[in-house]
Amino acid sequence: MALDLIKRQYRTLQTISGPLIFVDRMKGGSLGEMCVVDLPEGERRTGQVLQLMGERAVIQVLEGTSGIDSEASSVLPTGETAKVGVSMDLFGRVLNGFGEPIDGLPPIVPDEYKEINGLPMNPAAREKPDFFVQTGISAIDGLNTLVRGQKLPIFSGAGLPAKELALQIVRQARVAEAEEFAVILGAMGITSRESFFFRRSLEETGALERTIAFINQVNDPTIERLFTPRIALTVAEYLAFERGFHVMVVLTDMTSYCESLREIGSAREEIPGRRSYPGYMYTDLATLYERAGRLKGGKGSVTLMPILTMPDDDITHPIPDLTGYITEGQIVLSRALHRKGIYPPIDVLPCLSRLMNLGIGAGKTRDGHRTIADQLYSAYARGIDVRRLVTIVGEEGLSDLDRRYLAFSDEFERRFVGQGREDRSIDETLDLGIELLNTVPEREAVARRR
Amino acid sequence: MKETRGKIFGVAGPTVMVKGMTGAIMNTVCLVGRHGLLGEIIRIKEDMVTLQVYEDTVGISVGEDVISYGIPLSVTLGPGLLTGLFDGIQRPLDKIRETAGGFLTRGVKVEALDLDRTWDFTPIRKKGDTVAPGDVLGTIEETERITHRVMVPPGLGGVIKEIKSGKVSGAEYICMLERGKFIELYQEWPVRRPRPFKAKLPPEEPFITGQRVFDTLLPVAEGGTAIVPGGFGTGKTVVEQTIAKFSRSDIVVYVGCGERGNEMSEILSDFPKLKDPTSGLPLSLRTVIVVNTSNMPVAAREASIFTGITIAEYFRDMGYSVAMLADSISRWAEALREISSRLEEMPGEEGFPPYLATQLGMFYERSGKVMCLGSEDRTGSVTVISAVSPPGGDFSEPVTQASLRFAGTLWALDPDLAYRRHFPAVNWLASFSLFHAELDDWFGREVAEDMVRLRGRLYSLLQRQTELKDIIQIIGVEALQESDRLALEVANLATDAFLKQSAFSEVDAFNTYEKQYWMLKTIFAYLESAEAALKRGVFIETILDSPVKGRLARMKEEPNEGFSGKARALIGEVESEFSMLEEK
Repeated sequence: MALDLIKRQYRTLQTISGPLIFVDRMKGGSLGEMCVVDLPEGERRTGQVLQLMGERAVIQVLEGTSGIDSEASSVLPTGETAKVGVSMDLFGRVLNGFGEPIDGLPPIVPDEYKEINGLPMNPAAREKPDFFVQTGISAIDGLNTLVRGQKLPIFSGAGLPAKELALQIVRQARVAEAEEFAVILGAMGITSRESFFFRRSLEETGALERTIAFINQVNDPTIERLFTPRIALTVAEYLAFERGFHVMVVLTDMTSYCESLREIGSAREEIPGRRSYPGYMYTDLATLYERAGRLKGGKGSVTLMPILTMPDDDITHPIPDLTGYITEGQIVLSRALHRKGIYPPIDVLPCLSRLMNLGIGAGKTRDGHRTIADQLYSAYARGIDVRRLVTIVGEEGLSDLDRRYLAFSDEFERRFVGQGREDRSIDETLDLGIELLNTVPEREAVARRR
Repeated sequence: MKETRGKIFGVAGPTVMVKGMTGAIMNTVCLVGRHGLLGEIIRIKEDMVTLQVYEDTVGISVGEDVISYGIPLSVTLGPGLLTGLFDGIQRPLDKIRETAGGFLTRGVKVEALDLDRTWDFTPIRKKGDTVAPGDVLGTIEETERITHRVMVPPGLGGVIKEIKSGKVSGAEYICMLERGKFIELYQEWPVRRPRPFKAKLPPEEPFITGQRVFDTLLPVAEGGTAIVPGGFGTGKTVVEQTIAKFSRSDIVVYVGCGERGNEMSEILSDFPKLKDPTSGLPLSLRTVIVVNTSNMPVAAREASIFTGITIAEYFRDMGYSVAMLADSISRWAEALREISSRLEEMPGEEGFPPYLATQLGMFYERSGKVMCLGSEDRTGSVTVISAVSPPGGDFSEPVTQASLRFAGTLWALDPDLAYRRHFPAVNWLASFSLFHAELDDWFGREVAEDMVRLRGRLYSLLQRQTELKDIIQIIGVEALQESDRLALEVANLATDAFLKQSAFSEVDAFNTYEKQYWMLKTIFAYLESAEAALKRGVFIETILDSPVKGRLARMKEEPNEGFSGKARALIGEVESEFSMLEEK
């Protein structure tokens, strides 16, 4: 970092509010610039300029403002924006949300530093995603296929096994043979128990060597959570677009991220939007999610799987709502299925993969994949309707046909969705789908005749 | 041109405050800071000027210079727009990719259209002719599909002193008028000012989409506006893209406003390959794409729909029918909200600025069918189809509500239908079209004299379906009257066979009015024959088991060509099959 020698230290802290400090008469600072905050006892913290108004700068302190005093502390602008060091040596490492090692191993010597905000990909340079990623999960591979370069979130609820599912996907995910595959985990605001679970599972399954984990725990600074996904995605872009890797990025839990965003917004006294989340949350989330993709002429790809917890299982809450508007579909977990003991408890009806059609079919998965998926959907939707009817008119009031659909929907949930820890190939998934479809009458399924 | 200068005083997100710019003009563009970022003046308060900046403001410092030349935010209009791909302020993304690589860096300066490119110009006016604004001077074959009519720009006119012929480019004038006035190949037009026309015309023809549920049940008139609200995953983008692909308009302007990059890449890779159903030529030859994805600067997203509609109006002025597709207007409104909140304006409902509806109205009212400027009688139209993304799928929010006031047609998307993979997931009972009365004449004349009546019957049948479904929830299907069971079955058939349409099936994706009419005719012939059989005393089960129903369910798989013949044969089969059914 080339420090500008004429930069001076400012001892003009006026206001300290939440994670923010307000510094007066700060000349020459620029938006987004990183600063060093020196505390009287010799402690150093890092700040970032959020807003400039005349000679007053609003700076967010990454480590929090506790212990900062307004008289003796000083601020030194560094002339640099936020950057992260990238290197192939990151593989197998566990780092904090700022990208500093926390696994007790030696520091990493970066090949180069990259701006963590990244740049928007030119739409003219974007390559259309068209290759299927096998996750080994039937409800995803068969019905809501994940495609390289896609962003597909998991909508979970408190107490549902989203993290187990994410790890299972990380463990099982496969792209075509002989291609380099990497996994990046960006964890925000997770508990130490979850952190332990992630690290242990990655080690046990041997997935750690192709994984880079950035972990911000719930007791780590709030602002670190705003940096974690950006750092994770910057490293992902480096691996994908400069080193040719197919990178899968798992971000969990986006709800913690959004809460930090709200916390900063309220400390800045901004006008709040829906449920007091900032009005720019859509744009902010988009600058993260849209970093998934492929580049024309490039070899690698960034596939993004954010996990979020829907507060009170409410899919219309701003966090899942804005996410769903940006991402290319969603995988929704259901409490009802979870209570029935079905794992993974994927509620397929509200699930969607917008890019599915690009990644399936002959030569990719199998000819006729779309038809099988559509028929499973409509048969299951009909079975669910019948199930609703049963609660009112009882099973006796059903026609024979209705009973068969009812049975189908139960079997579908138990066998197709509820596969447990099994790792299924796409052929196994589709064969099972056909087997189940054969239990409902041929005449009803119009499209299957073709 | 008036030049004003100032110094940056403050930076907050996409807005920049500037001091000392006395004499600055509202809504003119500025170059901001050492990178020369593009900005627009959006507020002047005493000696403090506020700008919205169309590029990322990270790295901007207090004290940097700002300069304005007093020019409003404008687009360049002329040949080369078609097949083009531009960002929200008309920067050519292909060219930027050539100079800057795969990611959008700041401060890249590239002309919107290639002014040096030469075009073959065929004049239709000659020396000594008197021309007025809007008059066509000559033509250029811009693409194999579209002839570009080079017009006299608004505000110019007179006697032609010299007119060029053959190879022309933007580097020099194409026509010289008396008194030393020049007309160039390219003209600039401010995006926020509607282009002039002679008169607005009433809607009397439908905008043909080839989608049965839209064309038959919920038509939008050429020059009208339709809005498509729906929660995420209900298929707004697919609706927009389907219309971009199959609508019978001459020109399509597609504005991807704050949406997904991967979807745009799909359009960009598909449109040059897909054939336009009217001409058989690649779709890209009639398409202009403006794209400002959600992660691109928010102020440029705000400008994108105005950039798009100005380009649409330019082609309208040539006498073309233009489809302007905006996906999504909510993202535009959010950009407006974001900038308004940075200005610390008093927020209205849901934090949107109180002028949201006014601004939306200004956009929607630029649609319309018009008598174009110029001495010839030329009509052109801009039909606006805009997607709306209501938070939580709740239509009571301000953007949907404000849009509803201006829209002539509502295509309300329903998550329940989308979950069942019924696409287009239009809730036919919640949607409306205000154009029915105006278009009925056209339907009677151009489609069939009983088309309007059939549509009415379909509406009542669908209404009955909803009522019957409610009843079944309580008493079960077996307890229904036989005539009601039949009505329900036929309504379900109409839902699946007629309203549901696959945008991805080659045969089904575009249906002519003729095919739509004959499909309806067949469905009602089935209903009538079945009712007659029921009256004769045939068991309802026997009727419903009749295999002819399956053939009706699959009639959408028949191509447009020769459909009426096939439908007549099918009606014959239905009649004979039902007449042979045995009574109880």
